[in-house]
Amino acid sequence: MKFAEMKQLGMLCGLLLALWQPLAGVASEAEVHLDRAPIDASNQASLQRGARVFVNYCLNCHSAAYMRYNRLVDIGLTEAQIKDNLVLTGAKVGDTMKVVMPAKDAKAWFGAQPPDLTVEARARGADWLYTYLRGFYRDSARPTGWNNTVYDKVAMPHVLWELQGQQVLKTELKRDAHGHETEVKQLVLDKPGKISPAEYDATIADLVNYMVFMSEPSKGKRLQLGVIVLLFLGLMFIVSYYLKKEFWKDVH
Amino acid sequence: MGKYMTSVLGWVDQRFPLTSNLKAHLTEYYAPKNFNFWYFFGSLALLVLVLQILTGIFLTMNYKPDADLAFASVEYIMRDVSWGWLIRYMHSTGASMFFVVVYLHMFRGLIYGSYRNPRELIWLFGVGIFLVLMGEAFFGYLLPWGQMSYWGAQVIINLFASIPLIGPDVALWLRGDYTVSDATLNRFFAFHVIALPLVLLGLVVAHIIALHEVGSNNPDGVEIKKHKDPVTHIPLDGIPFHPYYTVKDIVGVTVFLMVFSAVLFFAPEMGGYFLEANNFIPADPLKTPAHIAPVWYFTPYYSILRAVPPIMNSQFPGVAAMGLSVVIFALLPWLDRSPVKSIRYRGNLYKSWLAAFVVSFIVLGYLGTKPSNVWGTFGADVAIVGGADVATVVARIFTLVYFLFFVLMPWYSSRDKTKAVPERVTA
Repeated sequence: MKFAEMKQLGMLCGLLLALWQPLAGVASEAEVHLDRAPIDASNQASLQRGARVFVNYCLNCHSAAYMRYNRLVDIGLTEAQIKDNLVLTGAKVGDTMKVVMPAKDAKAWFGAQPPDLTVEARARGADWLYTYLRGFYRDSARPTGWNNTVYDKVAMPHVLWELQGQQVLKTELKRDAHGHETEVKQLVLDKPGKISPAEYDATIADLVNYMVFMSEPSKGKRLQLGVIVLLFLGLMFIVSYYLKKEFWKDVH
Repeated sequence: MGKYMTSVLGWVDQRFPLTSNLKAHLTEYYAPKNFNFWYFFGSLALLVLVLQILTGIFLTMNYKPDADLAFASVEYIMRDVSWGWLIRYMHSTGASMFFVVVYLHMFRGLIYGSYRNPRELIWLFGVGIFLVLMGEAFFGYLLPWGQMSYWGAQVIINLFASIPLIGPDVALWLRGDYTVSDATLNRFFAFHVIALPLVLLGLVVAHIIALHEVGSNNPDGVEIKKHKDPVTHIPLDGIPFHPYYTVKDIVGVTVFLMVFSAVLFFAPEMGGYFLEANNFIPADPLKTPAHIAPVWYFTPYYSILRAVPPIMNSQFPGVAAMGLSVVIFALLPWLDRSPVKSIRYRGNLYKSWLAAFVVSFIVLGYLGTKPSNVWGTFGADVAIVGGADVATVVARIFTLVYFLFFVLMPWYSSRDKTKAVPERVTA
């Protein structure tokens, strides 16, 4: 390739890179600041704790209808452990995580059927979930008595309130150096729950960690296989490169 | 062994032109020896086509084209089918990479004048392939039955409804229902897995037959058939496609597969560009997503659609402009009046227009992924454009540049200062 063409290609790549930025998920309702979820897919203990929270709290109203209980062997559990500790509905260990609440009741109680959560982490993103699940506050204007900083007028009540306690949203007027006043809304823990705020954050991190795992259980295998495939292709490149060179020796 | 093979081959050759075809298309197809980087993308497009067909076959074995089951069946493939996740990601990554490769392949044709006489038909078949590919991608995108699948299809079909007189009937005929529904999903499945692939394969065969009839162009844009060995009648600058370009293409394939695998294994969603976050929510006819954007490879055209203002409350001008922006490629062989083919011997006038076109295409593509208020609005005190969305005004300017690249080509390509073209190919 001629130098001028290289330069053109380089400019093209530069332009593409300048415009590149990942698309935001659905979560971009208004400009809500999302906290980064401190999750770690390799932490099996965290994933197992998250699974326990999920089946105990979420699965009562939400389904995870594409996720099989026995897939939890991927996070270090045995089928017996899953059956004894995590299947709370009488389902078989090879079944998917269906919800017990009938759809008709759900509609009557919450106005809409709670969404299936199997791939929720892929739709919303981990940070959204992490912020959302820590963003409930008391709001007497809502029928459930709860509102949320991330999802305004959410239909879901704060299921984990016993653990977290009750937050309220305090509005403060803050004055900056130039004397401008801005409204700052802040969540304040009004009545403490069974566990400390730090413990609650850790519990939510476990839960989100689990939900991210559940949204794509083959992800670990995918990353592992990717390394092997790229190593193989690297070798193949060396072989094919020298093969080409050998064949092309006689082309002038 | 050799003798046995020869007699088998002889038996076949008496009944089927096997050896002569292998010669005509591989071992005695003489390609210019100076192919560069840009010449990898034709064979790569063929590779991705094969990948899409093979992975598609396996996906079809477990996919259910039913509005109640489609979304779940895709998750079933991702979770319960052995290696289903790999096959599905190959197919979804392949769809985007198909467009990457095809856009680069088309760009190659653009810069080296591969559409010029005597290769007009190759180019026309190519434009046909591009159109069918767009249809194939559009129909396929409905199948996962997520929110973006559903609302994307809704929006695109409604475009057809804006065609004067026949529009509403055309839209109804496409949907098979008054909204996008199970009937739509079923027919889109039929189009995606059988109708369009058949047309696509036919066009690809025609594209290659036409190419091998006239011979390949090259970065110098000179005809290698003009200078043949007086004894063997082999072009002096030609080398047999096999083994020279087969071994070279293997290198290209390997590098391409590395890029492909890097995406597939480490970023299959590609930051939301290849798999959109919204599409992990099952289709819901009652909930319109706040921002509906097509997949990245359609966004330049989507931008053009949005940029053209409606006339008498009809979206049709935008739709017509969008259609035209794709079909206009077919006119290139007759719009280009330059005495030279390759960019190497063209002057700065053509190069500037080409650069403007590339920038337009990329900026329009970028803006198509964003809502039109992404860059805010002009202040009310600004002349003419006061109060308008900045992105919309920018999209309008670049839409104009996009079309001017084609419309003014007869003028600027003929009065451009060209350099002398060598008789034989350069290194």
